[in-house]
Amino acid sequence: MPAQDNAEPTLTREDVLKVAMLARLALSDAELSSLTDELSQIVGLVSQLSELNTDDVEPLAHPLDSQNVFREDNPAPSLKTADALRCAPRHDGECFLVPAVLGESGSA
Amino acid sequence: MTAESKHPFTTVIGLEVHVQLQTQTKLFCGCVTTFGSPPNTQVCPTCLGLPGSLPVMNRRAFDLSLRAALALNCKIASFTKWDRKNYFYPDLPKGYQISQFDLPFSYEGYLEVVDPKGAFEPRTVRIIRVHLEEDAGKSMHDETAGTADSRIDLNRTGTPLCEIVTEPDLRSPEEARAWLNELKLLLVYLGVSDCNMQEGSLRVDANVNLHIPQPDGRLAKTPIVEIKNMNSFRSVERALVYETERQWGEWQDTGAEIGSMPKQTRGWDDSAGVTRGQRHKEESSDYRYFPDPDLVPVTVSEEQVAAVRSTMGEPPALLRKTLAERWDIPAYDADVLVNQGPELVEYFEDLAKKVGEGKVASNWMQQDVLRMLNERGGHIADFPVQPTAVADIIGRVKKGDFDTGRGKEIFAAVLETGKPVDEVVAGMGIAAVDEDDLQKLCEELIAENPKIVADVKGGKEQAAGGLIGQAKRKNPNVNPGKVRALALELIRALP
Ligand SMILES: [Zn+2]
Repeated sequence: MPAQDNAEPTLTREDVLKVAMLARLALSDAELSSLTDELSQIVGLVSQLSELNTDDVEPLAHPLDSQNVFREDNPAPSLKTADALRCAPRHDGECFLVPAVLGESGSA
Repeated sequence: MTAESKHPFTTVIGLEVHVQLQTQTKLFCGCVTTFGSPPNTQVCPTCLGLPGSLPVMNRRAFDLSLRAALALNCKIASFTKWDRKNYFYPDLPKGYQISQFDLPFSYEGYLEVVDPKGAFEPRTVRIIRVHLEEDAGKSMHDETAGTADSRIDLNRTGTPLCEIVTEPDLRSPEEARAWLNELKLLLVYLGVSDCNMQEGSLRVDANVNLHIPQPDGRLAKTPIVEIKNMNSFRSVERALVYETERQWGEWQDTGAEIGSMPKQTRGWDDSAGVTRGQRHKEESSDYRYFPDPDLVPVTVSEEQVAAVRSTMGEPPALLRKTLAERWDIPAYDADVLVNQGPELVEYFEDLAKKVGEGKVASNWMQQDVLRMLNERGGHIADFPVQPTAVADIIGRVKKGDFDTGRGKEIFAAVLETGKPVDEVVAGMGIAAVDEDDLQKLCEELIAENPKIVADVKGGKEQAAGGLIGQAKRKNPNVNPGKVRALALELIRALP
């Protein structure tokens, strides 16, 4: 564990609040304080990597040395609707039920 | 004339198009992609995002998207990967969409659109990128049912989509519509997508703003607006026309320029004919893209690209030229036929082959087959009169059994009754008039029309036209051309 005073204060409370909002997490003040510290340490630890010279290093897209894994376009059985819905907190036998969503989806 | 000339500004339009690829199964699992099935009958642990499931890429989806990218003259990346786009919405069960962020499989292409009537100059639209991603599910909210719940159907989740993003190279709503038509035609001809907008296989968002030259030579640009919810190409054109006028009005009121506010998203309300403001779009960094650890990268070799290219078939722009040459028909005819889609071209070529004359077949296609098809609605694949029957009718017209007008009536009757041509011809009392009957009929006419005979003998051959109406009254089955020729011959032979 690197000494905390080595790490730059890389994250602010606002940064953490924004990330929490994007993750739909409600944080208490105490949680916000401790998470800001802990996340700053993590970012600080990872940022040590930027001290390395990577000019001659290929960017890594995946830790496995494997590429081009495909399946053929052949249908496989789907779940029965009842089984698909089984774990949902609420459903009507056909669809999942969620609190009303109005307006457009966030993306496409 | 385009909008450019009507207003003191240039309309600048870019499009973002999503097309569903014609695969049997989803992008990362074996669930089928059939449209219109009962809710949640085409789902499995992978497309539901259940713990422990792993995505495996559909080879055909990748090959079809390669085909689309090549048809759009894109460069193909030798190395590509997939990323997670993170956001919360109930129709996205994993909490992220598998998409492509910094290394799309293709980029920097273009597609040209030419208006056959010359309503605008040929326009080459640059493609920024084409990438492969998965679709989300469908959420339904029935306000009349008085329930506070939305219902979620995840059948569509994980369906393969190609996203095609253009540079803002279009300069009018009309051009945008025409370009979309050309894009659709291209993807349909190459078997990439059925592009059925009613079934959501093709979706369009449009980015639009105005460039307004200022007295000091500066170019003022209005804030870019993204328009969503357009469910037909006509809606796209209407929404862009509306939005152009709206932005022009707003500019005159406020003078607001690009950069003075975040990018706005507006939804098109087709029945009201207006765009309405929606919530502001999250900044792209808020999606917190990162490489999907569940999927390994894909590499594409030159040989693979060549192989896909060799099986691509003729894109519509090329087919217009080859069809015109192959059947010796005018460019305009080829354009009309090709723009109707591959099945209609197949119908035409079958007919042309049977008739042996491209132009005659093309005329019948445009004047009869297409007209009837438009009147009835529906698709050429379901058109009940086959090329064999049309060729049969055309053959009888050429033989002189009856004239073209009569032939068209027979065609309509064959379509109406579903009976074979022979039966319709017999039923309409149309029988070929034999030579003796024709001779007798012409002799009668000559005897009854001394004035016409005198006129013709005096050198006014066109007077013989007066005999044809009378001939048709005596026998509706006579061929006008034959009556005319024989009558003239008989009159000339008179002393
Ligand atoms: Zn599935």
